[in-house]
Amino acid sequence: MNLAQVSRGQLFTVERVGGQRAFRRRLMELGLVPGTQIELVGVAPLGDPIEFLVRGASLSIRRAEAAEVGVVRVEAALDAAPELTRVEPELGARSAT
Amino acid sequence: MTAQACHEPESGDRTPDSGERLRQVVVVGNPNVGKTTLFNRLTGQNARVGNYPGITVERRAGTLKLGSGDADAEVVDVPGAYSLAARSPEEQIAINSLLGLGGLPKPALAVVVVDAGQLIRNLYLVLQLAELRVPLVIALNMIDEVSDRPPDPAVVGELFGAPCVATNAKSGLGMEALKQEIAKILAVPRPASVSIEYPAALRPEIDRVAEALPKSWRGSVERDRALGLWALSSIEAEDELEGIPDELRERCRDVEETLGKDHDLDRDIIGARYAFLDSHADRIFGRVAKHPPKRAGSARLDRFLLHPVFGFVAFLSIMLVTFLALFSWADPAIKLIEAAFGGLSKLLEAQLAAGIFRDFLTEGVIGGVGNVLVFLPQILLLFLFIGLLEDSGYMARVAFLMDRIMRALGLHGRAFVPMLSGFACAVPAILATRTMERRRDRLLTMLVVPLMTCSARLPVYTLVIAALFPERTLLGFLPLGAALMVAMYCFSILMTLLAAAVLGRTVVRGRRVPLILELPPYRVPSLKSVLRMMWERAAVFLKEAGTVILACTIVLWALLSFPRGEAPVTAPLAADAPAETQTRPAPTKAEEIADRSARLEHSYGGRLGKAIEPALRPLGFDWKIGVGLIGAFAAREVFVSTLGVVYGVAGGDEDTAPLRDRIKHEKRADGRPVYSALTGLSLMVFFALACQCMSTLAVVRRETRSWRWPAFLFGYMTVLAYLASLMVYQGGRLFGWG
Repeated sequence: MNLAQVSRGQLFTVERVGGQRAFRRRLMELGLVPGTQIELVGVAPLGDPIEFLVRGASLSIRRAEAAEVGVVRVEAALDAAPELTRVEPELGARSAT
Repeated sequence: MTAQACHEPESGDRTPDSGERLRQVVVVGNPNVGKTTLFNRLTGQNARVGNYPGITVERRAGTLKLGSGDADAEVVDVPGAYSLAARSPEEQIAINSLLGLGGLPKPALAVVVVDAGQLIRNLYLVLQLAELRVPLVIALNMIDEVSDRPPDPAVVGELFGAPCVATNAKSGLGMEALKQEIAKILAVPRPASVSIEYPAALRPEIDRVAEALPKSWRGSVERDRALGLWALSSIEAEDELEGIPDELRERCRDVEETLGKDHDLDRDIIGARYAFLDSHADRIFGRVAKHPPKRAGSARLDRFLLHPVFGFVAFLSIMLVTFLALFSWADPAIKLIEAAFGGLSKLLEAQLAAGIFRDFLTEGVIGGVGNVLVFLPQILLLFLFIGLLEDSGYMARVAFLMDRIMRALGLHGRAFVPMLSGFACAVPAILATRTMERRRDRLLTMLVVPLMTCSARLPVYTLVIAALFPERTLLGFLPLGAALMVAMYCFSILMTLLAAAVLGRTVVRGRRVPLILELPPYRVPSLKSVLRMMWERAAVFLKEAGTVILACTIVLWALLSFPRGEAPVTAPLAADAPAETQTRPAPTKAEEIADRSARLEHSYGGRLGKAIEPALRPLGFDWKIGVGLIGAFAAREVFVSTLGVVYGVAGGDEDTAPLRDRIKHEKRADGRPVYSALTGLSLMVFFALACQCMSTLAVVRRETRSWRWPAFLFGYMTVLAYLASLMVYQGGRLFGWG
């Protein structure tokens, strides 16, 4: 599943970030590393770009690029206000603690 | 410790003695973290705006007074950056000024401003700086916005080995503490440090890249490694970086090949950094690892402002107000400036004896200064609006709303505001392209904005329409004049979009860059910051574009006034002056006008007009229009008054009636009228497209720092205007009009 296919009101986790190198790196630098939670907030009035909430920040990218970001649905029901919880990062976690 | 201890932190560097050269403090941070407000707080009233060498990124600098025996420091504001992974010249500036590369001085320390409400993500930049062992002071800004779950400055500071202060630049909270920490680090330099564990396979490769660094870049082992990491994530085939040695480039490519497809370099590097930050989130926030709550108010506001229907209504209203401000609110001020300079001219005329010196002062100098200052009201208003839009967070929404439409034309979403401003005047519109980060986007917008119907074209359209088109109504209700005016506006919009589509695919091609837009939370703009920016921009315009405009006005004046005294006072033109002028005011006035028109005919400008007549004839113009066009190069509205002089008719911009009649009745030798409706149409099309505005060229020259782009702009617009006029005139004749 990719980010261009998600609908509002559900939580997803970033699985992989694809696309042009500069683009994917910038997205990751903005906190969209694999394991991060992401949520669709809205769509621009003309249907493109789309707006997401990541790490408490609102980011917009175009549909074409959103299709390069692989996500998985967070199954746990989180009906409360989607406060962004930190998901255990899969990389380098050993180094930290 | 004491003031004497303020030598350069790095040994072996050039050692400017502290007495002469102030130590440099660089202010960095992500966009929208209140960096500018904090910079203003630090520098007080001492900020100056300059340019980075060779590139149009503004560099603001000011003095930080530390007081009590400590030497002052110079504070420099660098462009906002999410990270140090530079790929464009603009981003490179940030890293160059932080590390003292590329000919920029090495700063004594960096104040890194972070948004306390976006902490983990903002700390990414802090982490990169700490890896590079830059001496840091961290400002946890906008701390008031997260009062319910404040991060702990002590923990953040400890993590990076740098002092960390909670601040709120808007209210001034924490600023004294911040200054004290800056003074401490300046006295006893202490590099920040952090240690990230990268995947094992990566480590030897990082060292390999570090080995290829040029000698002058190198420092400690840690710094070299960090630079190696920077090189690995910045250098690639498509970057636009300057000053990267071939050896380093080669080594990066080599390492990428060695690691092969199995290793995703970017993911490894960035992932490891975020893993480090995330793992400390619990300690930073003192509770369960949660990010501070997002600002709910902004989301609510966006539900309205980004709504498919209301959003567009709101957007159009905001743009309409901006447009009205530029178009009509600025008008009284512009009129006032024009009147003031007109009055000054009259005063000098009355005081000084007639002659070349008086003419030079009244027409050249005062006219020139007036030409510069008339832009001031519009520039100030535009920057007031842009400042408010930027500061409130709405500008990012403009890009969000307009991206779809603008992208189709190859333009950036943010180009919308400059394009709209172009209806008032191209000069402030070109200055407004600053809101775009990429040079290519700015350039493309600059090159097409002068095609928008600016207010200076209106007097010409009005004159031509009134003189050459019958007062009829179309379809029984629509006045022909109004219809033509609307048609000219539509024509200009169409041509602008067309030019953008063509130029964007040819001359300023550039890579297609995916859009990543952050919509910052809405905030109440800081009026002080906005006013300050407004004034700084205006000052830069007056200084740099103003001098060019002034010089051009004087040259043009000379062109239309020299050589003098060759024409007999009773010039042939005076003899066939129309009845209107004869019956007008005093005979002395008529004589003077006749004299001026004779002088103009014999001036270099007049001769030039005659010389280019063969080229203009296919467009339906004679040499007199040619002189008008030459005069109109200074500014389009000058066309009307130049034509007035050519025809020896009194009245300028205010009263075109005599000129209008004159044009209507002007006959060729064979008795046919010189001007037909077709000539008028051809003339209007020419004015719509030609770049007759040296102020525009002066501003493009200032913004691009080269003569190449203004020359190109002038060239392509003139060719376009000529061809379009030719098509209109010749095409029209083919159909038997005119």
